[in-house]
Amino acid sequence: MIRLPLVLIFSGALFAIGVYGVLARRNAVLVLMSIELMLNAVNVNLVAFSQWLRDGLVAGQVFALFVITVAAAEVGIGLAIVILIFRNRETINVDEVNLLRW
Amino acid sequence: MTLHEWIFSGLGVVALGAALRLVTSRNVVHAALFLVAALSAVAAIYLLLAAEFVAWVQVLIYVGAIVVLLLFGLMLTRAPIGREALDNQQRGVAAIVALGVAAGLGYLGWDAFAGGRPIELERSSTAAIGEQLFSTFVLPFEVVSFLLLAALIGAIVLARREEP
Repeated sequence: MIRLPLVLIFSGALFAIGVYGVLARRNAVLVLMSIELMLNAVNVNLVAFSQWLRDGLVAGQVFALFVITVAAAEVGIGLAIVILIFRNRETINVDEVNLLRW
Repeated sequence: MTLHEWIFSGLGVVALGAALRLVTSRNVVHAALFLVAALSAVAAIYLLLAAEFVAWVQVLIYVGAIVVLLLFGLMLTRAPIGREALDNQQRGVAAIVALGVAAGLGYLGWDAFAGGRPIELERSSTAAIGEQLFSTFVLPFEVVSFLLLAALIGAIVLARREEP
C-alpha cells in the first residue's frame, strides 16, 4: 500500500525540476531533456491514479503509453529542428535564436 | 510508513537527485547519463506501482531510444562545456518559479487526497491493457500511429540536406 499524496508530491517535485531546466538552460538539447522530465512526472500521476481508482478501462496506463509515444515523436522532430538550426547558425543556444522575437 | 512506501521514497530520492543533477550539470554528456538514471528510477516506480507494461515500455522507448537520440543530438551539435555556456542568466527567477510550482502542486496533492484511501497494489495485466487499447481506445491509437508517421516524414524532410 502506498498513500496517494506521497506519489503526488514526488511527481510535483519532478515536474518542478523539469520547469527549472526548461527556464534555466540555454542549450536546446538540454531543454528537450527537461521536457522529458516533465512528461515523466505526468506519467507517474497517470499510472498512480489508474491504480488508485482500480479502473476497469486502465485508462491511466493507456494514456501514459500515448504520452510516451507523443514524447518520442516530439524528440524526433525537436532534434531535427535543432540540427537544422545548428547547420544554419552554428549555435543551438535558444536565447541566440531570436529572429522571430518581437 | 509501509515497506512499499519506504521503497517508493528511496526510488523517488534517486529520481529527484538525478533530475536535479541533470538540470545543473556542467557537462552535457553527464546530463544525458543523469537522464538515464532518472528515467530508470521512474521505470522502477512503475514496477512498484504494479504497472509492469508501462515500466517496460518506459525502459524500451525512453532509456533505449530517446536517450540515444538525444546523445546523437549532443554529438552532432558539438555542445560546449561549462556553466555560462549551458545556463542562461535567469537561474534565480527559474528557481523561484520551480519552487512555486513544486509548492503549489505538492500542497494541492496533499490537500485533496491526504485522508483518502491508499493505492492498493494489484497487478494490472498486460492483456487487459491490450484489450482496452484495441477496443475502447482504438481511435486515439490510430491517431497516434498517424502522428508517428507524420513525425517520421517530417524529421526526414527537415534534416535532409538540400540538393543544389
